[in-house]
Amino acid sequence: MESTILNFGTQADAAGHRPAALKREDSMSNVHASKKTKGYYFRKEYLGRGIATGCGLFIVVLTLAIGVFLLVRGTGTFTRFHHSILEFLFSSDWSPVDTATGSGGGVGAAVFIAGSLLTCGLALLMITPFSIGAAIFMTEIAPKSGEKIFRPAVEIFVGIPSVVYGWIGLTVLVPWIKNVFHPKMGGYSVLAASIVLAVMIFPTITTVAADAIRSTPDAFRKAGYGLGSTRWQVIYRIVLPASRSGIMTGIILGLARAFGEALAVAMVIGKTRAFPKNLLSPTNNLTAEIAADMGNTASGGEANMALWTMALLLFLISMLFIFLIHLISGKGILQVEN
Amino acid sequence: MSEQAKTKISVQDLHLYYGQFHALKGITMEIPEHEITALIGPSGCGKSTFLKTLNRMNDLEPNVRIEGSVRLDGADIYQDMDAIELRKRVGMVFQQPNPFPKSIFENVVYGPRINGIRNKAELEEICERSLRQAAIWDELKDRLGKSALGLSGGQQQRLCIARTLAVEPDVILMDEPTSALDPISTGKIEELAMQLKKDYTIVIVTHNMQQATRVSDRTAFFLLGDLVEYGDTQELFSNPKDERTERYITGRFG
Repeated sequence: MESTILNFGTQADAAGHRPAALKREDSMSNVHASKKTKGYYFRKEYLGRGIATGCGLFIVVLTLAIGVFLLVRGTGTFTRFHHSILEFLFSSDWSPVDTATGSGGGVGAAVFIAGSLLTCGLALLMITPFSIGAAIFMTEIAPKSGEKIFRPAVEIFVGIPSVVYGWIGLTVLVPWIKNVFHPKMGGYSVLAASIVLAVMIFPTITTVAADAIRSTPDAFRKAGYGLGSTRWQVIYRIVLPASRSGIMTGIILGLARAFGEALAVAMVIGKTRAFPKNLLSPTNNLTAEIAADMGNTASGGEANMALWTMALLLFLISMLFIFLIHLISGKGILQVEN
Repeated sequence: MSEQAKTKISVQDLHLYYGQFHALKGITMEIPEHEITALIGPSGCGKSTFLKTLNRMNDLEPNVRIEGSVRLDGADIYQDMDAIELRKRVGMVFQQPNPFPKSIFENVVYGPRINGIRNKAELEEICERSLRQAAIWDELKDRLGKSALGLSGGQQQRLCIARTLAVEPDVILMDEPTSALDPISTGKIEELAMQLKKDYTIVIVTHNMQQATRVSDRTAFFLLGDLVEYGDTQELFSNPKDERTERYITGRFG
């Protein structure tokens, strides 16, 4: 295709090796001079655009298809097996019948839902102050070493596979909790899962918050210093409020990552189907339960369907997070309500 | 300068280096109280740099070295004063209006708040007084809770002046405060500056020589880091002593 286009720019080519920009200009002016075929315009304009549009549409269709598939599978619990949504959300009786056609068991997923909410909430509580502090440090306090050392280090964190986080949690954190707190059930616990999640989402929140802080216009900082602010006053009275929406976006992205994490949590949470009595007791969550049982249930049966419903719930929650991010980032600093 | 005018800021043999670059080459000048002093000169002549040495905004930039002395009411601002305290006494208005992304009210009371004033009634009083001083109270009094970013450029700049006034400084530095504004807004800012000199000492950097003749009592002409000529504005523009000043104000270079 490249060669066909160049063939039309014969005058430009005849002039020898010119910079690409010049060539393009010449061939543009040739458009008027020589007759171009329909195919030329098609290739030049519509082919590329068509490919890009096709790729974009494919992604949209794929996403919609996954959503529809989950919706169809996930609602089977309510349509085919006639359980109520309230039972699924708030009952802790999890005893679905695991045969292809049998029914009548309990599909209460409250333990898993509570496990997910609790571990993610705790992880967020633990790590948000550290993340924002780290983001401030690498942008406002030590921007030079922040950019050279801190930022790449944090970014490496993102790339570590979750199985590694889980394994480290399993070999370091779980025995540590066992030795320090002596819980009855060993170190597998809500606390262990929350800490592993907290470490995993630290880089997400930190990098997004740091980007938001860095993009705060310097004019705000100068105005602050000009009014006699100390550096800390500039940071917490001007820079942090101005980058509020970006920081919130980081927190929600972190939360979304924590919610979707299965493997690392499954390795340390203890996979016990009971509400945790305290932070040191084991429990289970949505992702770990799905991962553990999805291959073991009869396809289309009650147990299988209930797991699909849990997958649908995760999908809906992550959609909610994305929606929230759009809602927040729509209100950038330049569009403070008027 | 009228004979009795008291010196507010006294600059003695001030040198400033950006790394190897010698940006200010031994500036000596006395800035009188309750007058407007204009700093003029071509781009890159050091006038803005000089302005920033007066409230130590240059401290925020890396690789800046300063020699010589700047005295505010007799106290050396680089030796005897904390930069934070200094900037509360020597406020600054910038080239681009830079209100915070907060409400109009919160913009004005920012300074009083960081100085520890929490009382709502007191803050409201300061807000009204400052906005009145900046001649923008009538325009803004019904929308104090709205975002400052919704204002026009000229209103934003007067708000920034009000925000500076709320800190109750002695001196106000203005770094080309009207270069981003239309002629009507520019006129308002100039009028405001002339009203404010009753209570404040004002130093204004301007590219616009008409502006200097309209508003200032004294004018300093900078060129390549030197203070070429400094004197009464009328005198300097009608009868410049230095040939370089004459060439500049008649538009033959710069």
